[in-house]
Amino acid sequence: MTNEARHGSEAAAPADLPLLQVDAVVKRFGGFTAVNRLSLDIKAGEFFALLGPSGCGKTTLLRMLAGFETLDSGGILLDGRDISNVPPHRRPVNMMFQNYALFPHLSVRDNIAFGLRRASLPRAEIDARVAEMVALVSLEGMEKRKPEQLSGGQRQRVALARALARRPRLLLLDEPLAALDKKLRENTQAELMRLQRQLGMTFIIVTHDQEEAMMMADRIGVMNAGRLQQVATPRQLYEAPNSRWIAEFVGGINIIDGEVESRVAGRVTVATQAAGQVTAAVPLQALTTDQVCVAIRPEKVRLSRGEATPDAGHADGINRMEGVIAGISYLGGQTRYQIRLDRGALLHASVANTVRLETNAYDTAQRVVAYFAPDDCMVLDR
Amino acid sequence: MSGRRLFSVPARRAALAPFLWMLLFFLLPFGFVLKISLSHAVIAQPPYLPVFDPAGGVAAFKAAIAALSLDNFRLLASDHFYALSYLRSVVVALVSTSILLAVGYPIAYGMSRLPARSQPVAMILVIVPFWTSFLIRVYAWINILQHDGILNKVLVALHLVSAPLVWLSTDAAMYVGIVYSYLPFMILPLYATLAKIDPALLEASADLGGSRLTTFWLVTAPLSLPGIGAGALLCFIPIVGEFVIPDLLAGSASPMIGQTLWLEFFTNRDWPVASALAVVLLVLLLAPLLVYERVQRRRLEGAQ
Repeated sequence: MTNEARHGSEAAAPADLPLLQVDAVVKRFGGFTAVNRLSLDIKAGEFFALLGPSGCGKTTLLRMLAGFETLDSGGILLDGRDISNVPPHRRPVNMMFQNYALFPHLSVRDNIAFGLRRASLPRAEIDARVAEMVALVSLEGMEKRKPEQLSGGQRQRVALARALARRPRLLLLDEPLAALDKKLRENTQAELMRLQRQLGMTFIIVTHDQEEAMMMADRIGVMNAGRLQQVATPRQLYEAPNSRWIAEFVGGINIIDGEVESRVAGRVTVATQAAGQVTAAVPLQALTTDQVCVAIRPEKVRLSRGEATPDAGHADGINRMEGVIAGISYLGGQTRYQIRLDRGALLHASVANTVRLETNAYDTAQRVVAYFAPDDCMVLDR
Repeated sequence: MSGRRLFSVPARRAALAPFLWMLLFFLLPFGFVLKISLSHAVIAQPPYLPVFDPAGGVAAFKAAIAALSLDNFRLLASDHFYALSYLRSVVVALVSTSILLAVGYPIAYGMSRLPARSQPVAMILVIVPFWTSFLIRVYAWINILQHDGILNKVLVALHLVSAPLVWLSTDAAMYVGIVYSYLPFMILPLYATLAKIDPALLEASADLGGSRLTTFWLVTAPLSLPGIGAGALLCFIPIVGEFVIPDLLAGSASPMIGQTLWLEFFTNRDWPVASALAVVLLVLLLAPLLVYERVQRRRLEGAQ
């Protein structure tokens, strides 16, 4: 599934003003800069993921959007209006907390109605809205239970219903699925996507799980050390990372250091010590020096027994390197091979197991040829 | 569901320890007091009759049982001096507990909002008065409150009053002493529950449109109810039986039950009446405990 396909219809939406504009926001804690001149625009109806290692500032950014942290400088604009000094209880933004933060002394119904009552809605409307939310997250019959009487998944749904009840312009989700087990998490991811599209709401989710971010989000902002390293669709992020750091952070990758040797007709040739000469496509981003690295995803590396390299006939300058199988990990859908190249590099290749009764698998210590097309290979600054 | 298998045999034996403690140091002595309360005073050693004498055999035992009577309790019921004494004790305890709650809650709340590393310091500051003997601290209040004490000197020096006021031997002095002495017992359980409240709950309330005041009333206050209950009980029960503070700081016009008990026991040397007073006091104090226990049990049942 590609993200472009999923999001194509909404690209033509007339709203030219972004729903949310984060403008050069800075947040320091003592001497530590948690968020460093960060800017970001988010369109209405978007499902946006903030991804990054722990301590990268993604939660701090989310908490500033909710109003729990003040800004040291910069601005946050919602619908063009600066809300950076608006206290949390006056922001048309709601948050789903990491550990749900359900009120333990209130029933499911009262938890969901909490925000509606603060908005002084008429009782009939509150009742109707609560019933609607309860149905939305399939919690019918649980209205009178206390949070302690619910399972983890049910609590998660109450937290979601409570945050959605006020129909916020923007819903913030702080690691909403971290406390769920794997199976439940996958179901809930699909559920969140369905809800977001059904309600046409704008979601910003904070996660450290890249698979989760790629599965759900239209766009992902990858944060590191208080800055956004790259904001892109999941596909762009994976196939065209803008830096070595992103390439290594998102998914598995082989990286080999080298030096630019020549640039001819849309091709860059890099001389590497550990893998010989590698030919790659000219990168979208200009390289700053000749000291570079080549990066290739494991599933783009293909293997053969070496007699003749398939595809060699029509792909010019295919990269071909010989080595020995050094390790094999069978993972069901795919098998990961580690190949020790004769030149020294350890190359990872993953091969899809498309046939049930595999008779063509490689064995440890077997000599193989690893090959990949120049277009599948990226050149990045070191 | 039976929880019997949950613990190993040694663990279950260890659980007997509190029961043994209760038996030895509460039920047994209470049995003696109850027996004395059913006796009558005599000028003798011990100063009451009947006395169980194992040497007399079954017949003497039966006679002694027959000699027990409820006369002392009838006396307590007939002389409203005692009823007034109980009433005053309960009123003083109620008023004191209310003041303690009003003073202690903001302090405990403030402590719970301090930065994590300052909280132990605040806790020590609350407990530190215990390092000095309770009696000395109450005597210190006499020093402060007496006619030429510090309080009057300061008030006169500041021209707030023209002549020294009478503080000592008033109810005001007694309440000052009680609130001062019992404040840690109110603050500590309150602080313990307030500190346990997840700050994310307060943020959730704000996120859902709750102002600070709303958040306090709808989230903080209800979640601190167990602390309020524990603190109130911890203060109310001993204040009802308080003897030292009213004796040293309050006037002698209407004694609290602790003072009345002391009077019967030491001045009148009437152990049976004093014992009867103690038995009634205990029954009186069991009432709030039972209410608290029932509320707690309902909370626990609600949680299942």
